[in-house]
Amino acid sequence: MSTQTKPGALGADSKLKLLTAATRHEIDEWVKKFPPGRQRSATISALRAVQEQNHGFLTPELMDAVAEYLNLPPIQVYEVATFYSMFETHPCGRHHVSICTNLSCMLNGAEDLVAHAEKKLGIKLNQSTPDKRIFLKREEECLAACTGAPMMMVDHVFHEYLTPEKVDKILDELK
Amino acid sequence: MSQWADKQNLLLFEALKYDQPWTLDSYRKIGGYEVWEKMLAEKPTRESVIDAVKGSGLRGRGGAAFPTGMKWSFMPRNSPVQKYLVCNSDESEPGTCHDRDILRYTPHALIEGLAIGGYATNSTVAYNYIRGEFLGEPVPRFEAALKEAYAAGLLGRNIKGTGIDFDIYTFVGAGAYICGEETAMLDSLEGKPGKPRFKPPFPANFGLYGAPTTINNTQSFASVPAILRKGPEWFVQLGPKNAAGTVIFSVSGHVEKPANLELPLGIPFKDLLDLCGGVKGGAKLKAVIPGGLSVPVVPGDVMLKTNMDYDSLKAVGSAIGSAGVIVMDETTCMVRVLERITRFYKSESCGQCTPCREGTGWMNRLVKRILAGDARREELGLLLDVAGRIEGHTICGFGDASAWPVQSALKHFRHEFEYMIDHGGRSMVSDQLGAKAA
Repeated sequence: MSTQTKPGALGADSKLKLLTAATRHEIDEWVKKFPPGRQRSATISALRAVQEQNHGFLTPELMDAVAEYLNLPPIQVYEVATFYSMFETHPCGRHHVSICTNLSCMLNGAEDLVAHAEKKLGIKLNQSTPDKRIFLKREEECLAACTGAPMMMVDHVFHEYLTPEKVDKILDELK
Repeated sequence: MSQWADKQNLLLFEALKYDQPWTLDSYRKIGGYEVWEKMLAEKPTRESVIDAVKGSGLRGRGGAAFPTGMKWSFMPRNSPVQKYLVCNSDESEPGTCHDRDILRYTPHALIEGLAIGGYATNSTVAYNYIRGEFLGEPVPRFEAALKEAYAAGLLGRNIKGTGIDFDIYTFVGAGAYICGEETAMLDSLEGKPGKPRFKPPFPANFGLYGAPTTINNTQSFASVPAILRKGPEWFVQLGPKNAAGTVIFSVSGHVEKPANLELPLGIPFKDLLDLCGGVKGGAKLKAVIPGGLSVPVVPGDVMLKTNMDYDSLKAVGSAIGSAGVIVMDETTCMVRVLERITRFYKSESCGQCTPCREGTGWMNRLVKRILAGDARREELGLLLDVAGRIEGHTICGFGDASAWPVQSALKHFRHEFEYMIDHGGRSMVSDQLGAKAA
């Protein structure tokens, strides 16, 4: 796969056509924040845009497209995609549900909430529902809402002071 | 607790008395941007700004408590190269959630603090590195404030015709605790996996893109405008010796009213706990982690006699760290707590240094064996041995942070670990099997 192909001169193996106009615009806006020649700094944001475009996960082709668009060797994009916990490199459900189980939340019953959600959805952590509606993300990290424990993040929205009933309602409302 | 009533929200949360504290109007009402505008008009020497911050005694609020003014003074401010400022809003220290509130409720204090820091260090570009999980609310709030500040002519090129340039850009991370380490943050900003760099060279000489860079925590920057507005001496007298000013304590865990409270350093822990309604359900206090997950745990009876400042917490073997105060009541099983803590470090180690990459997983497996009832007493010695081989043997402080909770839990609560080992995984606290204990 060529990484040196310039936009506008697509080779036969170019992946650039996988990027929507909205995604390209988003990446362009990020590239502008950095000095000329430092477009690598936009890798994280580009991957976020592409993952959103693809409804929740990255594919090798999309990562290649990002590399091509930013004119980077693909490995530099793969290593970022696999390092950060918000990127999924395997197919998963479109709504990402992360229940924090770190200490403050654990002391306030987070592990019972995980068990509750697993039972309700019929899946374990790190699995998606068969209809690909919900991905119950493996969440080790504190999400910085400790005073609202127990909490969870659904896509980018924080839900605090959770109870099993609240969790039910939030999960049921996800389309 | 009435003696603390008039000592809350003196700086950082001062605008919280207004309905929409995050707007430019609300921030102006408390004197916001007066310092920056005066600086633009009078162009004081950069040294005088740095000296004022030094004189205030402000220490970094991210956890390391390095004097902010001194850090600023390390920048080669007269060098003609591009220089950068980076704000660490990658708040991820478990138990800590006050930078989120600064971004949500008082973003203009941060913007003004960045502008002042940029002037003092002669940096014309700042990046605010915000953790990816804050994309929903704190990021748009900060971006909206930036927009207001630009529209008011407070930022940009040739600000108000003074010839002074200062631009702020928001950067959004993607989930990695280690990016809160300042050099890992620089790599992340450059679009790489966030892995800490060897120091020296320090960021002030070789930082972002190899250029001189100063990195401070969100709360440190946001404290600066009020310090200069009300005077460094005012700030100094708010707290005890070596602990100037106020900080935001995030109090969570087993308390009646978990909260982010801005109070002077040096407040007795007992008063802080009372302000949060005491231990949940009136239970007895067992232990406290006073400064985020990475600092040593302290027994409750000791904490009740300790004040919340650098020297007092050091005297009881811990630290104020990020001021994330995690409270645990008597029903808490310390073996379970340590399993969760070691799991966190195992999961978040960047994997660069062997002692940390291998050691954090090893420590977690050892604690898991205790919970499962499979461990022997001598494994406690092994656990401490592994912790000691990580501590001080890694590029960044993450290794130390993974070792301290292990060492302190065994120092203060060894009997609970021994009991569980001797009783086939049964918890001393709840008489439940370890895996199910409270």
